[in-house]
Formats: sequence, structure tokens, C-alpha cells
Amino acid sequence: MTAHSKISADLIVIGGGIHGCSAAMFAAQRGMDVVLIEKDTIGRHASGVNAGGVRRLGRDFAELPISQHSMELWYTLADLVEDDCGFQIAPQIKLAETPQEMATLTERVAQLRTLGFEHEVVLDRAEVRRLLPAVSDHIVGGIGSLRDGFAQPYQTTFAIARRAQHFGARFFENETVQRVEKNAQTSEQIWEVSTDQATYAAPNVLNCAGAWAGRLAESLGETVPIEAVAPMMMVTSRLPPFCDAVVGAAGRPLSFKQMPNGTVVIGGGRLGYADPSKNLSEMIFPELRLTAQTAMEIFPIMRNATIVRSWSGIEGRMPDKIPVIGPSAKHAGLFHAFGFSLHGFQMGLGVGDIMAELIANGSTQWQLGAFAIDRFAQRPTF
Amino acid sequence: MTPKTNPGPHSCDLAIIGAGPAGMAAAATAAQVGLKTVILDEGDRPGGQIYRDVEQTTAQRKQVLGSDYTAGGALAAALRASDAVYLPRSTVWNISSKRLIDYSLDGTSFQLQASAIIVATGAVERPFPIPGWTKPGVTTVGALQILFKSSGIVEEDAILAGSGPLLWLVASQMVAAGSPPVAVVETTPPRRLQAALPHILGALRGHHYLRKGLSLIRAVRRAKVPVFKDATNLEVIGDQDATGLQFISKGQRRTVSARHVALHQGVVPNPQITRLLGCDHYWDSKQHCFRPVTSACGLTSVEHVYVAGDGAGIMGAISADLQGRLAAQDIATSMGKSPPERSDRLAAKLTKDAAIRPFLEALYAPAPDVMSPADAVTVCRCEDITAGAIRDAVDLGAPGPNQVKSYLRSGMGPCQGRVCGLVVATIIAQRRSVSMDETGYFRIRPPLKPLTLQELARFQPTQELDP
Amino acid sequence: MAKRIDGVSETVSFSFEGQTLETAKGDSVAAALAVTGHRHLRNSVVSAEPRGIYCMMGTCFDCLVEVNGVPNVQACRTTVQDGMVICRQSYGESGQ
Repeated sequence: MTAHSKISADLIVIGGGIHGCSAAMFAAQRGMDVVLIEKDTIGRHASGVNAGGVRRLGRDFAELPISQHSMELWYTLADLVEDDCGFQIAPQIKLAETPQEMATLTERVAQLRTLGFEHEVVLDRAEVRRLLPAVSDHIVGGIGSLRDGFAQPYQTTFAIARRAQHFGARFFENETVQRVEKNAQTSEQIWEVSTDQATYAAPNVLNCAGAWAGRLAESLGETVPIEAVAPMMMVTSRLPPFCDAVVGAAGRPLSFKQMPNGTVVIGGGRLGYADPSKNLSEMIFPELRLTAQTAMEIFPIMRNATIVRSWSGIEGRMPDKIPVIGPSAKHAGLFHAFGFSLHGFQMGLGVGDIMAELIANGSTQWQLGAFAIDRFAQRPTF
Repeated sequence: MTPKTNPGPHSCDLAIIGAGPAGMAAAATAAQVGLKTVILDEGDRPGGQIYRDVEQTTAQRKQVLGSDYTAGGALAAALRASDAVYLPRSTVWNISSKRLIDYSLDGTSFQLQASAIIVATGAVERPFPIPGWTKPGVTTVGALQILFKSSGIVEEDAILAGSGPLLWLVASQMVAAGSPPVAVVETTPPRRLQAALPHILGALRGHHYLRKGLSLIRAVRRAKVPVFKDATNLEVIGDQDATGLQFISKGQRRTVSARHVALHQGVVPNPQITRLLGCDHYWDSKQHCFRPVTSACGLTSVEHVYVAGDGAGIMGAISADLQGRLAAQDIATSMGKSPPERSDRLAAKLTKDAAIRPFLEALYAPAPDVMSPADAVTVCRCEDITAGAIRDAVDLGAPGPNQVKSYLRSGMGPCQGRVCGLVVATIIAQRRSVSMDETGYFRIRPPLKPLTLQELARFQPTQELDP
Repeated sequence: MAKRIDGVSETVSFSFEGQTLETAKGDSVAAALAVTGHRHLRNSVVSAEPRGIYCMMGTCFDCLVEVNGVPNVQACRTTVQDGMVICRQSYGESGQ
């Protein structure tokens, strides 16, 4: 490609994680001419390295409608993208280690029922042990969403990207967006997105830039309090099968999953050190040690497990722990989907579908008010 | 459970990782000028691989291994006599960007804060994937040498196959030990000597190496060991384990029976620590490997982090010793100490020792198919991933080793790419028709070696030290 | 087969897959198994095919055995102690 080509499209997606790729796929499927620009490679950051939990369980209530919609799409994902993505239906379970935690969890399920959500169920001592025979004696019970699941995060993101390209979307990797501005010369509102390789022009831009989305939003006059964080994960060597659910704990960070090949992936959100400007994240082992302790206390069988690798990714976190999704508060033709605060993977399909609808039709039936980008600005700053 | 006391200091001026010739020499130099020095060695005793167990060698082993090996004894003695703190059985599993080292000793993890680090972890064997190479009975040629150096054990029914000086060294040592190899199968392509001749002047400068090499080859031939040249299409045969080697030599199909097949295609730098620390690397097209970018004294692109020895590029044991001293001196100077030797003299000795290298590199560069195995060949031994699977992943759009790793699990096993890394990268580069520099290498993550969950759970990073 | 060129002054006793064996004091588990003719150390967790020692220097992780009930021990980096109970890795044989 010659330097500074000019490429036109209907929609420019910035960011090649699951949200960007998913939006590109659904928009291209709807017949839109889509370009996706990714500063590194597809799934390089949070979407490629997370725990792979496909989870409705335990979400903020505001996220539940989108999460439910997403789950329906996950069930048909293999047909949708012609790749199994390593997706399996499995219970997601959150354990209570004390009676107080159990009371809180039980109360949550009751509240959900009143709101019409049936996917979470209370699990008593016996039921929890039926599902998780290897769990420690001290576990009181828990809640579960029995038809949640897990998938392979890189494989999934990669498959969605390939499908998007199959529908005609054009992907440009290893290109960093340098400038986004409105072209004042034309009568239509056309955005011009410049990288060091090309200038892309489209009436619509979707900001899916993850931990870097705040910088992009800021350059367009929308300041948003997003923080780059580095949640840490580790994976063990293979153990004999003892757990086929994805397990969390009510009182301390944990995400625990034994994969079909026997390895156990342990995360939960303890944070390392993030430097998004350099794509660097570093482990903080004194913190990860707490994750190791938690895993061993909840599953004593883990005491002989060896950690083969640990890693962290760079993710964007919002102060209220729910994402920014929806139209820009300032500009027509600009949309956002970022800040998924360590739990965006499962939502990726639903969010992509909703954003494609919103951008293609100009409107959507989904309630996105809770995710407005300017919800923080409304608070007084003194 | 009472916490274990820290076996070494909590902090030091210089931490050296690895106790081969580079590490031992660096430690002695650094301690000599008064730097507080700690050397962390995974092994039980100093020596690394090339001088493995030199302190405990026997008269019989010395006779076979010769003075090149026993020379390592002096380095080990100098280390022991110095004020450097030598920590054996200490496996480094993480180093932070601030040079805080996490290591494991006998099942407990400790920390060491270093002002400067010399990475002296040496080399690993170049991967040589062939059909059947994962069967029991197939090892590297280096493995045979380690069995001999550590335990005086020699295989009686072994084929040595591949290319490089070590092939001849070990073959001649087996002859001296009374167990000549069943055959030497050399994969060095034809007319390589002609290709190496432009470098003959350098080889003549390093004539002692040339004479040594020729004497090894003569010893093997004198013992009437069958030598098959220009070998290609190597395949280990045997149902459950190795029973022999099939190959084509000078156009003829051959099968040689043996219970043990030892493979070798030279050695390459062990990149785990320099990659973990984010040092810049480049592809050396003469050595056919990635090397860390370093200054003349071994300083990498990461401040206060040096590499010395074969980890900086394959130069052999004498150069490793010199590089260790040079790096230690550079660090000492930066900390205000007077270096005990003249750095320019050390550099001159390094240049002289390196004179043989261009000749050897041209002569013994791996044959093209070594790093480009057929589709059905297992490349990632830990996860049983074939070359064909990697090529398919590239065709689907995976652009580099890390994406292939995420997609296929190659490099996710316990060896963390130490065995397969170079071949995975080469296969990807060839399939995409891009350079090795552009393709890159696996991202290396801690722990560098597997760590039990239990050990991590008990890790007390802010442990008080004993005064 | 593998043979020693030195005499053995001190020995240690250990078991492999239930069989009692003797080796020179100071041998690694890998060396001890090599010299007693035991080449099959484990099965690949993916293909279930047999594996044995490969690099002898702690980099390949092919020589993993179970020592005194603890799995994932590198035979080449472990010195045989008197009474050690060594077994092939007992899980992952079917790859699942």
C-alpha cells in the first residue's frame, strides 16, 4: 500500500478486541462497508488474554439485558463464525465462604427474580458439593448460573475477526490512529481517521479502543475517567479432571476454571502494573500470591499444582465498574463501546450486535442510558 | 510453619545468573574489586553445562574429557575462593523491571534486589525436529555429554546425527571411553567447505581450534566409526521407542540400527531472561539465531542488565570467561571501582578467540530443512503441535509466534518455548515470506520455570534478613 | 545400553514403578534410570505417546516423573535420595 492512501467506508471501528471485531462483523453482515483499525494485532490485549469466562452470573443489574442477549448469541456462535471458539456451556458459580456472604448472595437472587431474571439460582451446601465435589469443607453454599460457559479468548476474537472479513470488512493491523477529525469541507458529516499509513473516511466511527479509548475520546472533547489496569492470570500444568464449572468467590477475587485439557486457569482481578503507552504490563507477585492462597483454600486439591505461566493484559476500568456503550454525547456519527472493567468478554457479542444496529439504523431498542459516556460529567466536581 | 531464613543477602551490587564460565569469571572479578556479588545457580555445583560437575570429576572422566574440560576447575576454584555468595539449587523465576529477582531454593522462594545483573545462562541446543524425535531413546548430543560429565555414563549403542563441532567432540570422547558411536550421520550439506573457505584466514588465526577439530575427526575415523555424509530426510524408527535411524546419504537410502539416537545442530542463546526483561534482540543471519543487542561490554538495551557468555551469541567457553570479566569490570567501573584488568586487553583477547567463528558458522550453518520440518513432524514437544498445524494457523491469519501460541498452545507447555521457539518462528517467517526480525519470538512471562501454587502461596516477599 | 566407566563406591536404593533399583550416590534420577535401562518416563499429555529424557539440562521438561507422590519433577535436575519412590506421571494418559 502506498503511503497515505485514502480509504472510504460506511463505518470505521477503532480497536481490534472482541467488541470492535464483533461490531465490525455484525455491521458487515448488515451490509455496511466496514474498516477496522488496530494499533497492534487482533486480540493483542484484554480480549486475547482474559480468563475466557462467558458469564452472566454476578453482573451489575444494568448489564443484565445486554448480557442475556449476548448469551443467546454465544449459544449459536459456532454456526455464526464457523469456529467453535473453544466455547462450552458450563455452570458459573460464586461461592460463599461465610453465612453473611451466603445471605448477600441469596438476597441478590431474590432481587433478580423480582426483576424477571431467572438465570441465577441459589445453591445450598449439598448442591454446591454436587456440582463441585473438590471444594473445601468451609464453603457454605453459593449461587450459580448453570448455563453460562467459557471459551478461548484469543481463538474467539480471531474467529470473529475472520468472519467479519468474510462479510467484507477490511482489517488493518499494526496501524495506530493518530488523528480523528471531522472533514469540514463536505456537506455530510464525514469523519477522517488518519494513521501513518492512510486516511480513512466514513460518516460513522466506533471507539472500541479498550484501555486507550479514553485518550481517543478526550481528543474529541469527551473526557471520561477511565483507568488502565492490568489484571493478573496464571495457568497450571495439567491436573486430573476435578472441576467443570467456572468458580468465583463472593468475598475475595477469584476466577477459577479447569480447562478440558486439565490445566487450571486462575484469575479474578488482582492487579499488576499497567503501562498502556508501552503495551507493558508487569506482574506483582505479592498480589498474585493472594490469588494462589485463595485458590488453594477453596480447592485443596490444588496444593500440588504447578504454575506454568502467569500473565496480565491491559484493560480499561471505569469508576462505577460498568462500561461506556452508546452514542457520543457531543458528536453525531461517533459511538463508543469501551471500559468493560474486567468483565467485557461475555458481553462482546451482544454489544457488537447492538452497536451495529444503532449505527446502521440510527437507533436501537436497547436501553443504554446507564452506560452513557457523560454520566460522570454530570456529577459536581467541587 | 516457621518461615525459612533467607539463604542469601536481601540486596547486592551485582547478581549473576548462571555459574558456567561467564558467570564464574564475572563473580570472581566482581568480588575481587569489592562488589557485593551473588551468583544464582540452578545447578548443584558450579560449572554450567560445559564444565558440568568439574569439581567432582574422576580420573577416568578426566582422561576422556581432556584439559579443555578440566580447565573449568580453575574457574570453579576461583569462585569458591572469592567473596561472592554462591547459591546453588537456586532457580530464578522472575525478575522485575527494577531488577528485583524472585528465586526458588529447595521449594521456598526468596527475593534479591540487584543494582546490576549479568545474565550468564548460556545456550540451549538448536531444535532439530525430525519424525520420531520424541520417542524414548532420542536425546540431544549434549545430553550424552552431560550423562558422561555428571555420572560417567556412556551409551553403548548410539548414533550421533546432525552437524557441528560438538558432534565430533562427543564422538571422539565416546571412542576414548571405549564405546564408539554406532555411526556418525552428518547433515552438513555438500560443498560447505568451499562456502566456508572465504573465512579461512580467520580460521588460521584460530588454528588451535582448527587443529583440535581435525584431531577429533581423525580420532573418530581411526576408530572406524562409520560416517555418513550429506545426510537428509532423517527419521527415527521404532514402534514405542527408538530402534534406529533412517536417512538418505549421498543419494542412498540407509537404515542404521541403534537403541539410542543423539541429535545436534549447534547451540543457540538461551533467550528466556533477556526476553522476559524486554531486552532488544536481533536476528544474526550468520549464527542463525536471535541475539540480544549488546554493547562491547555486554550491556543490553535495558539499563544495568548485561549478558555474558553464549547467551549473548555463540562464542564458546574461552570467550564466555572473557566476556564475564569484561561485563563485571564495566559494572565495577560504573560503581566507582578500579577494574583489575585492562578492558582493551580483554577485548583484544575476545577478538582473537572469535577469529575461528565465521569459518565455523559458515561450515556448520544448519541445512535449510533443519528449521523447516515437514508438516507431519511434531515441533512443539510439550503440546504435540506439528509444523503443519503452525502453517495452517499462519494461513488463517495468525501473524506471529504469540498469536500462533494463543491459537494452538505451541509454547504454552512447561518448556515455555525453550525447545521449539526458534523453529516456530522460522516456520512462521517462511510461510509469511517475512524476515525473522519482523516475525519476532514468543513473549516470555514469569515464572521462568514452573513454580508450585503452594510455593507462591507461602512466598514472603518482604522477609526480614538476618543481620 | 548405558554403562559406567567409573567404579561405584557408594550406592543408593530407590524404586521405579515398584521395582527396587540401585544406583551410584549423586546420580540424577535421569542418569539412574538411563543406566538401569528404563527409558519410558511418562506419556505425552496430548498424544499419550511414550516419552523419555531429551536434553538432560532442565530445559525440555520431557523427563517429568512423580517423586515421592509429587508430580512434575524433572528427573534430570533431581538427585536420587535413598528410598526415593519414583513413578511415571499418573495423569493425563488419555490426554483428557
